[in-house]
Amino acid sequence: MSILVNRDTRVICQGITGKVGEFHTRGCLDYGTRMVGGVTPGKGGETVADLPVFDTVAEAVAATGANATMIFVPPAFAADAILEAVGAEIPLVIAITEGIPVIDMARVMPVVRASKSRLIGPNCPGVITPGQCKIGIMPGYIHTPGHVGVMSRSGTLTYEAVWQLTQLGHGQSTCVGLGGDPLVGSSFIDILALFEADPDTHSILMMGEIGGSAEEEAAEFVKHHVTKPVAAFIAGQTAPPGKRMGHAGAIISGGKGTAEAKLAALESAGIEVAASPADMGAAMVRAIEHKHKNKNKKK
Amino acid sequence: MKIHEYQAKELLRAAGVPVLAGKVARTPDEAAAAFTALGTPICAVKAQIHAGGRGKGMVKGSTQRGVELAKSADDAARIATGLLDQTLVTIQTGAEGQVVHQVFVESGCAIERELYCAILVDRHAGSPVLIASTAGGMDIEEVAHKTPELIITEPFDPDRGLSAWQTRVLSARLGLPAASWRAAEQFFKALTKAFVNLDASLLEINPLVLTKDGTMVALDAKMTFDDNALFRHKDIAALRDESEEDPAETRAAAAGLSYVKLNGTIGCLVNGAGLAMSTMDLVKYHGGEPANFLDVGGGADVKQVTEAFRIILSDKNVKAILVNIFGGIMRCTTIATALIEASKTVGFTVPLVVRLEGTEVEEGKKILANSGTTIITADGLTDAAKKVVAASKGLKA
Repeated sequence: MSILVNRDTRVICQGITGKVGEFHTRGCLDYGTRMVGGVTPGKGGETVADLPVFDTVAEAVAATGANATMIFVPPAFAADAILEAVGAEIPLVIAITEGIPVIDMARVMPVVRASKSRLIGPNCPGVITPGQCKIGIMPGYIHTPGHVGVMSRSGTLTYEAVWQLTQLGHGQSTCVGLGGDPLVGSSFIDILALFEADPDTHSILMMGEIGGSAEEEAAEFVKHHVTKPVAAFIAGQTAPPGKRMGHAGAIISGGKGTAEAKLAALESAGIEVAASPADMGAAMVRAIEHKHKNKNKKK
Repeated sequence: MKIHEYQAKELLRAAGVPVLAGKVARTPDEAAAAFTALGTPICAVKAQIHAGGRGKGMVKGSTQRGVELAKSADDAARIATGLLDQTLVTIQTGAEGQVVHQVFVESGCAIERELYCAILVDRHAGSPVLIASTAGGMDIEEVAHKTPELIITEPFDPDRGLSAWQTRVLSARLGLPAASWRAAEQFFKALTKAFVNLDASLLEINPLVLTKDGTMVALDAKMTFDDNALFRHKDIAALRDESEEDPAETRAAAAGLSYVKLNGTIGCLVNGAGLAMSTMDLVKYHGGEPANFLDVGGGADVKQVTEAFRIILSDKNVKAILVNIFGGIMRCTTIATALIEASKTVGFTVPLVVRLEGTEVEEGKKILANSGTTIITADGLTDAAKKVVAASKGLKA
């Protein structure tokens, strides 16, 4: 088992005829993902990477039975592409596109929340269940099948963490990139609940960053609802207030979203905090061992 | 992107938000002429810089405040002389301050009460929210911290805007007289509409004024725009004032790089925002001080990497540079080649430590080793951090 995606997930790519969309569709195919088609308005009937292209998401779903979509549509049209996917009732919508205007996402959020679709992203690397299904832009080979659930607001930092885990002999159940924008479809809490319920996930590693309060909310959730060992790292401990650190969401504003507040919340929830980015994998191992010790003590 | 107060007020006026009459001036004579043309007995002369706290801010080497009232044309000219081409230091500019290139001369009004209001996108609500408070003119962060019960929050749908009943909730809780509720409704509705239509990321009115005759007026206006939406607002993009921005940051943005200058000695060049922030943290953890945040993005080429090095080296405080790349889509061989090319063009004056990981890492390391350059290679994050911190202090790791 795993969360969100597995070897049976049938995936389409919205924006498949674009350079980036095609490149990553091929990357996903190479990894073994069951890519079943793509969508580009006005290009229905063409083929890309031997996959059929449709004009609309509804047509693609009807013809292929797709139950997940990966969106590479340019920022100006991406919010509309998300709405189209939700309208076609695709259960899992993964938006990779970076740079969507935040007001567009504010229009999308209530529609997604009222629907049965789950949105991951935007501005995220995607979702991967190692050895089974990769939807997104992450390098597949750094991952190993295993039991650590990984989630993060950043791309390359996730690769770093996954790589450390793999080096330490800990594979991953599923890795989820939540996205670096202020408004994203799924939060740490949403994914924590899925990891907690997944019997194949034995521990959870999360990478947060400055800005907003998603990490504090996650810490509160872990305190009350998560029994599995959790480790975390917060990026941006040296970032100055009022400056946007690359990600549109990574900004300390109005004294909120500081690394100190997040670290304090994580520690008070009993989460093992990585002291430096080199320590992320090791922190996960410490959290697992710690939990085992406590269990043995209780016995 | 930020704009000046006078620009924000022009946009707000066009959107139907009540603001006072005013004129921008770039010389003391223009300020005097503006006073005369406005024809009111009193005017405010306000320094125009992209930072708040101007009222309490002070010009370096004098007692001139950033905002002062003028009672005559001569008065306006005197205040303008005290501000123009001078460096204003406020709580938001930092000790170095910011040079004032223009002042805004604005008519006065009879103030009954000063309130606060702002609009921003709330992550938790997943929608824009209007925030208001009776504590006008005060630092809202302090109000939120000390008396959170004084802050009223109303979320609204971008397309439907604020409902009439929501504006009545605001009016009642702000303690406005019933005779002014209609004016408040029009004010708040126009303001929320402007926020959405102009793709603002922050619209702050502090103070929002209830006048003696019962109308509502935006006495100050601070607007920040969503950079991701500027593509559909060419007119707003044209309001950018580069003299207010860090030249290196402007230059980086033009090259498709994300750069933020800091005060340390170790330059950082990283791919990905999260890893770039983490690399700064790593440097600090090992006793160094990062000189910058720099994200080269996912597909950096020789040109971008070269420009990135030039920008980092334009900061004279930089004593060593750390390159940290986790090659995913970007191959380590590509980045290694780009590093060597860039090092030849730029001509390094400080030690360069490189840590590569990911796709084609062994080949990438080989390219660096055989390049004949003085690049210091590192294995892993900790090794890289230790080496660059030592190099920045003139030591050998």
